[in-house]
Amino acid sequence: MSQVSQPSQETFLALKLDSSEILPLFEQASNWQERYRQIMLLGKALPKLDEAFRVESAQVRGCESSAWLYHSVIEDKHYFVADSDARIVKGLIGLLLTACQGKTSAEIARFDIEGYFDMLGLTGQLSPSRTNGLFALAKAIKAFSV
Amino acid sequence: MDFHHLRAQFPTLEQTLAGYPLCYLDTAATSQKPKQVLNAMARYYENDNANVHRAAHQLSSRATSNYETVRDKVCHFIKAKQREEIIFTHGTTESINLVAYGLTGQIKSGDLILIDTAAHHANIVPWQELAKRTGAIIKPIPLDSECRLDETAYEHLLQENPFIVALSHVSNALGTLNPVNRLVALAKQVGAITLVDGAQAIAHLDVDVQAIGCDFYVFSGHKMYGPTGVGVLYGRFDILDSLMPLMTGGEMIKTVSFEATEFNQLPNRLEPGTPPIAEVIGLGAAIDFLSALPREVIAKQEAELLSYLQTQLKQLGDITLYGANTSNIGAVAFNLADEHHQDVGILLDQQGIAVRCGHHCAMPLMQSLGLKGCCRASLGVYTSKEDIDRFIEAMASVKEMLL
Repeated sequence: MSQVSQPSQETFLALKLDSSEILPLFEQASNWQERYRQIMLLGKALPKLDEAFRVESAQVRGCESSAWLYHSVIEDKHYFVADSDARIVKGLIGLLLTACQGKTSAEIARFDIEGYFDMLGLTGQLSPSRTNGLFALAKAIKAFSV
Repeated sequence: MDFHHLRAQFPTLEQTLAGYPLCYLDTAATSQKPKQVLNAMARYYENDNANVHRAAHQLSSRATSNYETVRDKVCHFIKAKQREEIIFTHGTTESINLVAYGLTGQIKSGDLILIDTAAHHANIVPWQELAKRTGAIIKPIPLDSECRLDETAYEHLLQENPFIVALSHVSNALGTLNPVNRLVALAKQVGAITLVDGAQAIAHLDVDVQAIGCDFYVFSGHKMYGPTGVGVLYGRFDILDSLMPLMTGGEMIKTVSFEATEFNQLPNRLEPGTPPIAEVIGLGAAIDFLSALPREVIAKQEAELLSYLQTQLKQLGDITLYGANTSNIGAVAFNLADEHHQDVGILLDQQGIAVRCGHHCAMPLMQSLGLKGCCRASLGVYTSKEDIDRFIEAMASVKEMLL
């Protein structure tokens, strides 16, 4: 994924996702409707990727919806900016970024993404058989963070 | 006909997903399989497992006989003239590739290939590859405002004397039915070779290849209650016999020496290697299954359900239907307001509802409709009114969540 131009460093740093705020909302969700409402709210809270950056070279393959991912290393930590044209996918991306934003390579390598989604009550969403492309995104995040 | 008894033949349908009973509305992607198909395949592996056409022993003799009996069944099922016109392939895609490759030496640079705009990729890409190899030209046949093939535009295009006309019998994405008898007759008047993709038609309609008058008719087993990995290429004998084989090797030869090879006669000439034997036998069982059904009763039931589905979706509001005509077969394509089809699909899946969401392997069609994709609900013989009601109820909750 060669990227000619990137969002600015401020954009990468502006994306603040606090897992201590987000995760309890999922733990408290009593049914799938509630979980998916939270996912969509999270998606809404993620900034929209500027149209100029919605380009093919940033697109993550394997998504039925379109998803774009940008990566930057700032002071040895990994930062991501991502977006999708589908709302739930965007929220799921938000969950992925919550776990990976501002982490070191070692932290991301150690991180069990599948276990994380299971914990959130979203078992099976992160699988190569799903067309939501989350698996491809997780792979891309891991690949960026080596 | 006892519907409950019929539905009980499909073991996959008796399951729950995350607490919801499965509501399978994705038959157009692949149908579920009745027990008699599963049993026939298991029986082959348990009792007769041997390679075919090498009958030095009794097992092989039995396997060959069972395999070749299915050729007769297919021949009868689609009313071909003779069994040699039936070629077993691994599916619709391979069938079209066999034809498109096989015509390589017959088509010239500048010759025209007409393709139905609603065609799925399997009925586009092999022709594009043929055009690349030979310098032939591809033109899509436009659709009218109701997503039906535009017959006036078609007739104009026919005046350019196309070499090949590739049509869909029923559109994969939209379920629209093409009047293939008429379209093929028009193409024959200008001497075009005609191929009809019957992948979405074969499970719903009585297909008579002679009445259609096409040179080729193709379909897959798995969309007609049979197994995956098997399909049929029907070809009128003389033109089928003129095809250059796409694959060469064992089984399709008469004699081989290091100097030269002489190919076998039809149908073996186009069936190289060990064929999908169990799957062909499963296909035979699927034909038995379909043939034993009162097809007219089933067709009426499917048409009523489809019309009910269209009406219910419209009543739900904020729904756009695509190419929804009264003559549609088996499928309805739609979107919910401006919502992404995948969001709708994910939320339906949470409720045990299986529908297809995407471009349905018909990207040019989606482009012509100005869509990234859409959702498609499709029916089979086992679909009940309760399935539709559950789907509509689930759509109402999706609408409530998204809008």
